[in-house]
Amino acid sequence: MADFKPLLSSRYDLEDSHTLAVAEKAGAYKVARKALMTMKPEQIREEVKKASLRGRGGAGFPAGVKWGFLNPQAGEDVYLVINGDESEPGTFKDRTIMNGDPHRLIEGMIITCWAIGAHTAYIYVRGELSHSIAYLDQALEEARAKGYVGDRPFGKPFPIHIYTHSGAGAYICGEETALLNSLEGRRGEPRLKPPFPAIKGAFDQPTIVNNVETIASVPDIVEMGGEAWCNLSRLAPRDGGQRLYGISGHVKKPGVYEAPVGITMRELIYEYGGGMLHDDRPLKGVIPGGSSTPVLRPDLTIDAKDEEHPLHAWHGQSEIDVPMGVDTYRAMGTMLGTCCAIVMDSSVNMVEVARNLMRFYRHESCGQCTPCREGGAWLVDVLTEICAGRGKVEDVHRIVDISNNMMGNTICAFGEGTAMPMLGLVQKYREEFVEAAEKGVPLDVRHDASTLELVRPGGRAA
Amino acid sequence: MAFALTPEREKEVDELLTHYPNTRAALIPVLWICQRQHGWISPEVIAWVAARLSLSTAIVKGVVTFYTMFFQEPVGEHVIWVCRTLSCDLRGAKAIQEHLEEKLGCHAGHTSKDGKFTILKAECLAACGQAPMVQIDDAYYENLTLEKLDAIIEGYRSGEPPAPADYQLAATTRTMPTPPAPEPEPEPEATLEGEA
Ligand SMILES: Cc1cc2nc3c(=O)[nH]c(=O)nc-3n(C[C@H](O)[C@H](O)[C@H](O)COP(=O)(O)O)c2cc1C
Ligand code: FES
Repeated sequence: MADFKPLLSSRYDLEDSHTLAVAEKAGAYKVARKALMTMKPEQIREEVKKASLRGRGGAGFPAGVKWGFLNPQAGEDVYLVINGDESEPGTFKDRTIMNGDPHRLIEGMIITCWAIGAHTAYIYVRGELSHSIAYLDQALEEARAKGYVGDRPFGKPFPIHIYTHSGAGAYICGEETALLNSLEGRRGEPRLKPPFPAIKGAFDQPTIVNNVETIASVPDIVEMGGEAWCNLSRLAPRDGGQRLYGISGHVKKPGVYEAPVGITMRELIYEYGGGMLHDDRPLKGVIPGGSSTPVLRPDLTIDAKDEEHPLHAWHGQSEIDVPMGVDTYRAMGTMLGTCCAIVMDSSVNMVEVARNLMRFYRHESCGQCTPCREGGAWLVDVLTEICAGRGKVEDVHRIVDISNNMMGNTICAFGEGTAMPMLGLVQKYREEFVEAAEKGVPLDVRHDASTLELVRPGGRAA
Repeated sequence: MAFALTPEREKEVDELLTHYPNTRAALIPVLWICQRQHGWISPEVIAWVAARLSLSTAIVKGVVTFYTMFFQEPVGEHVIWVCRTLSCDLRGAKAIQEHLEEKLGCHAGHTSKDGKFTILKAECLAACGQAPMVQIDDAYYENLTLEKLDAIIEGYRSGEPPAPADYQLAATTRTMPTPPAPEPEPEPEATLEGEA
């Protein structure tokens, strides 16, 4: 396993790590104090730019560049909004920050507010995570009592007010403009872009929306200096730092692990994740970064003979041996997404996987755009027929056709988020879809049958 | 019967309104406060919220119907959300759901005859590494087996729910808002969602 010092998760194991007393003893708020007392906003923005901090919410957009889009006009108030919606299936990393070290997020927010000139910030958290909201509210109470958040943070006459805001159950509210609508007390329907939030966001004011982990990384960046932090990554200088990796599904040690940017999926599964859950069931596929990212298949190799190809260095190697980075994964035709992998062993049938995920997207579409609303439901219908043994080979073509018609035809990226993983599954496991369409899904690879033993008495040592 | 918040909860609303530049933004948090008191969002609640925030009832209703956590019908004393998304399904969520349905004598989307429990299917609840899991009211129960689930349900039946085994923060004291005191007479077998 790589040799490195945990940063984001460094306080997780302390008893009562969520309290200000414990967090502060372990270093919390030191950087915020220094930043507000001694640094100019431009300086902080410059360090974050140098850090190549790629957004941790899914799209991987460089945070420093995003902050640069702000151009507030006279009379406009800048807002900072933290995306704690954490709803992408397979993703469970931001919750560890909100529960385990809420003061790191708050410290990052104080520094960011100063850097971008925001006096009000919200943390939008999905409604189901009411315990995370309770941790955050308690932490904010403590930070206010100490005077770190409020009218004069650390004595500086620059008011910073931070509030939590609860969602109420809707995946789409993770999309930044839907989130803003939800914050404003509306239905969580994404807005047309442009205007982008940096120009016209919350309450029609310039707004920066960033993921929880993105902002929780800011204190370390400011403390170490952007360049030094960036160089912690194996993919520096384009994709910097350390990040949280999640791993769930068929591994021995599912969980959230911190590591440098650019470890490989093989390392994540076999070293961090402890290897496959059953020694006699090899890895069949892995969804790399939340359900919207196309699947990787370990027996497929990288075809990048051309020296100019961004993946040339990994030519001939397995898909799971490419370093996990925003750009490397994009070059592979998938996405790093939230960097939380779902691991599937040989007992899994990919048609059932597709059906499970498409049911999710059908349920969660906000319904504004026809391709997304109807396409998702149609995909579920076709997949249900196939799973029930009533499919036809043409259905496999139909799946591809429906998905292609969703891509690029919707207000937000939900449409792509549905179609891309669907296409990935059909392309990489076509034979399985065709076989299922001809004969139905064989019983022994239905994951409901193959997983029962995991929860039965005497099954898994838990 | 007309709805009104208790004076303490009214104060919560007043405080909430200071968080935002306009009153509408407080809509979702205010609906939460109402649901905590009343157990569900009844037409009377909608009318009260609309009047309190100077919004039309249509606007409030539009928001209520968008979000799955706002109950538009009365629910059981405890609501059990079973996560059925991929990571949980890979680790036995279907068996968890079926076991619950058998134990409580009602299908997902329904309330048990005694009005104690409503079972609902949930989409990924951000606990995938601790699959399978259920959410009961505000609490997460993770790394479930059928045996653990039995113990948890017995705990709720006897009025002493076990502490949620927050996988890494089990030792911490949680300052949770008190769970809703459900006053409405629970309607047995009330369908919440068409989805089976
Ligand atoms: C359908 C959809 C769901 C999303 N869900 C989340 C989410 O749950 N959490 C999150 O941080 N970003 C989510 N995003 C990405 C946000 O729109 C946005 O890019 C992100 O919050 C920006 O923060 P970052 O640059 O720090 O990553 C989602 C995007 C889409 C299209
Ligand atoms: S899939 Fe069940 S919590 Fe994520």
